[in-house]
Amino acid sequence: MRFGIVVFPGTWSDTDCYYQVKDILGQDADYVWHREESLAGYDCVILPGGFSYGDYLRAGAIARFSPVMAALNKFAGGGGLVIGICNGFQVLCEAGLLPGVLMRNQHLEYRCQWTNLRTERTDTPFSRRCPPERPLLVPVSHGEGNYYAAPDTLARLEGEGRVLFRYCEPDGTVTAAANPNGSSHNIAGIVNEAGNVLGMMPHPERSCEPLLGSADGNLIFESVIDAVAVGGRN
Amino acid sequence: MYLAKVYVTLKPTVNDPQGITVLGGLKSLGFDSVEEVRVGKYLEVRIAAPERSQAEAKVTEMCRELLANPVIEEFRFELEEASPRPGG
Repeated sequence: MRFGIVVFPGTWSDTDCYYQVKDILGQDADYVWHREESLAGYDCVILPGGFSYGDYLRAGAIARFSPVMAALNKFAGGGGLVIGICNGFQVLCEAGLLPGVLMRNQHLEYRCQWTNLRTERTDTPFSRRCPPERPLLVPVSHGEGNYYAAPDTLARLEGEGRVLFRYCEPDGTVTAAANPNGSSHNIAGIVNEAGNVLGMMPHPERSCEPLLGSADGNLIFESVIDAVAVGGRN
Repeated sequence: MYLAKVYVTLKPTVNDPQGITVLGGLKSLGFDSVEEVRVGKYLEVRIAAPERSQAEAKVTEMCRELLANPVIEEFRFELEEASPRPGG
């Protein structure tokens, strides 16, 4: 399958994503410059982490006006799989493809640390390979990852089972101590209503081989590869 | 030419850790009478428009589409007639 990796001015995790899907997982992958106007031919599009447009005004606020975002809207509208990681998640929220907003971390610190993620459901194209019995070990690295949404939006997300990953203890218990940024309901990742767009703050591409301390991030992309192979898209 | 002074602030219901931290800083400096601090953004936008009402409409549109995030923020602005920037 073919991954498209979107590059905005200021994106910095693009090469890590490329390394993971191409070199580790053996898939086709291209960098897609943000001026591109089409995403035709891709099975999954990744918006990687970084500081697109310097985080000016608000994280992700300016990136959403890049030409590629119109293409992304079309791609997602047609059922294409989209994963926004860290700054990519912020961009998806600003663009209205996902609800809510990523605010400044509650404690105001930039956090670069390992987190445990409880997979809330394994019947999605992003999580079908994730083991339900144990959390994933995936790092975060951000200053603005504090997920906020109005109470009715949160209730809707929970009610519709759209919280995919939650920060938890190594044994899977969801506690305030396991929450690295103050996110509502310990939310680390959510999907859109149609279930084909995922936004997550932790970096699966930084946990892609044991040398890095964890290879759990591969499970998310392997899920996507599986889903595409069985026609989970389009 | 108009100058819009735009204030973007967090909605009252949204927690403001930056404001709380600044409040703590002021208190530790001895400003004991401070009760609350909320941090926001201030922008100056110069806009060419023949009439005030048109400038007002444009700035409102800008705020809605980009300058403020309606999920967590509110905006207000003051509009004043301004001369073009020297050299600009």
